[in-house]
Amino acid sequence: MEIKPPIVEIKNLFKSYRRGNQILPVLQDINLDIADGEFLALMGPSGSGKSTLLNLIAGIDKADSGSVTVGGIDITNLSETELAQWRSNSIGFIFQFYNLIPVLTAFENVELPLLLTGLTKKQRKDHAEAALYIVNLSDRMDHYPGQLSGGEQQRVAIARAIVTDPLILVADEPTGDLDRVTAKEILELMERLVHELGKTIIMVTHDPRAAEKAHIIRHLDKGVLNDAHTKTGI
Amino acid sequence: MHILKLVFKNSFRHKLRTYLTILGITIAILAFGLLRTVIDAWYAGVNASSAARLVTRNSISLVFPLPLSYKDKIRQIPGVKIVSYGSWFGGVYIDEKNFFPNFVVDSISYLELYPEIVLPADQQKAFVRDRKGFVAGRKLIAKYGWKIGDTVILKGTIFPGDWEFVLRGIYRGRDKTVDETQFFFNWDYLNESLKKTTPARADHVGFYMIGVTSPSAAADAAAAIDKTFKNSLAETLTETEKAFQMGFVSMSEAIVIAIQLVSFVVIIIILAVVANTMAMTARERFVEYAVFKTLGFGKWHIAALIFGESLFITMTGCALGIVLTFPSAKAFGNEMSTFFPVFNVSTETIYLDIAASIIVGTAAAIIPTWRAINIRIAEGLRRIG
Ligand SMILES: Nc1ncnc2c1ncn2[C@@H]1O[C@H](COP(=O)(O)OP(=O)(O)OP(=O)(O)O)[C@@H](O)[C@H]1O
Ligand SMILES: [Mg+2]
Repeated sequence: MEIKPPIVEIKNLFKSYRRGNQILPVLQDINLDIADGEFLALMGPSGSGKSTLLNLIAGIDKADSGSVTVGGIDITNLSETELAQWRSNSIGFIFQFYNLIPVLTAFENVELPLLLTGLTKKQRKDHAEAALYIVNLSDRMDHYPGQLSGGEQQRVAIARAIVTDPLILVADEPTGDLDRVTAKEILELMERLVHELGKTIIMVTHDPRAAEKAHIIRHLDKGVLNDAHTKTGI
Repeated sequence: MHILKLVFKNSFRHKLRTYLTILGITIAILAFGLLRTVIDAWYAGVNASSAARLVTRNSISLVFPLPLSYKDKIRQIPGVKIVSYGSWFGGVYIDEKNFFPNFVVDSISYLELYPEIVLPADQQKAFVRDRKGFVAGRKLIAKYGWKIGDTVILKGTIFPGDWEFVLRGIYRGRDKTVDETQFFFNWDYLNESLKKTTPARADHVGFYMIGVTSPSAAADAAAAIDKTFKNSLAETLTETEKAFQMGFVSMSEAIVIAIQLVSFVVIIIILAVVANTMAMTARERFVEYAVFKTLGFGKWHIAALIFGESLFITMTGCALGIVLTFPSAKAFGNEMSTFFPVFNVSTETIYLDIAASIIVGTAAAIIPTWRAINIRIAEGLRRIG
């Protein structure tokens, strides 16, 4: 394996939630490096803190202590506004329930993150069309989410996640709401993003079949990360 | 695509709810506009009055007359330019419910003093020449279908008997503030009759109407007039025409205040309705706002979405309400012309409509926006499912 600096570096990360006057530790001393171009699956029982960890990497939640460095930037030091700005061009999000805006067409949903960039209308159109082409939905651009199947909606969501060409993609149970056949299609699409476009993906999943597509599977249990389990054949 | 397009699309996500909210605002603005117009109509006499005119009446009460002989003394007071006089006639046309203001005036000086009463020159001549002649406003003419030369009989209440008049002129107002439902006739007709029937009542007037050289001369002239007749048999009370008109209005001020209050209550109710709509809307879209924030959209974007939608809905309702106010006011004014001879929707009312709508639209969005921009993303996303 060639040696590249990791795109994500997590050091001594702690996170707890407060429930009343009770403190609930969720993540305990997490250390994790993720290389550029990696496809990592995060598994573990419900409530083990997978989503929490993913949110911290993606900069939508704040850690108690420790550092999260993405692409050389320690995001634990960024302000709310700086984080928002950083997320818009560094992170692509894929959610379990797609989270498309129902009143916008597939094209408009994909165009949405580009409104925060300085791109012209024409450039935005080109980028959005290219992203929809990658997910093989060029012919459904003018359809509304309600007119698309779950798998198609998730592909639109993936197009929205990649349209800004972010550093990493984070996916929280991207196939959790899909049937097996459709889930397989989505996973194959994500594999293609890694192999053909060199994307880095961090995916939380419960599904062993989904995890199989990843290069690396890490297990989280009660807020503690277990030893690395690297699959062969990268 | 643009954020405005999203605002527009969002506004019609719950079509029925949006339409009902718009309907509510439309009705509220219509009601508000009509109530404001009623208030304006109440003060129409005050607003139409001139600051360069005085009214002198008996200091005891308006029902007691003043001697006609005061006329020449008033004319000599510095600052006085024109002196006219008249009396409330209070005649009834066929039936008491056909009410319209009717009074007797010294015709030449009256028309000179009131240039807002526009009467064609030939009609003016005919009116002055015919002792039994009368002039009426065009709204009154339209209501009763009188034509020039027609004879009209009023039953006197203050001055008993059946009085016969011949229509010699139809006046219109110089502008919209002028009451076009008045009826007036020549002083000589009344006075000559009184001389024959009840000589004691002849040569007495109900009030003097006085034109001063300029509004700034009004106060001094008024004081000088009252001083002249101090300690005489009939002491006078002189005030500006505005104050005189205000005296009538203030008798019913409590009603005006009540109407004013109701008009603002209407706005407060509609604020509650729009605030409720926006709160429901924002609550339903919590996850969406979290998604927007996740994608990097900031506070201002989310505020723009919610404020935009709230203002879009209220301003649509406002526009419809304003459009409907004009025909409604017209219909209402025609129906109520006896009570409100001048019933016009003022520009000020329209501005108030718009201001009220902007305040409602803005206020309704504040709390939902505050909540939406303070969602912690991780928690907002957790609400799914
Ligand atoms: N806002 C919060 N307040 C209090 N406790 C929270 C909060 N968010 C998460 N938790 C708790 O933290 C723990 C970890 O939650 P997390 O969502 O990361 O688990 P998960 O591994 O993603 O579970 P699942 O597989 O069910 O999605 C859980 O016990 C959860 O109840
Ligand atoms: Mg989870």
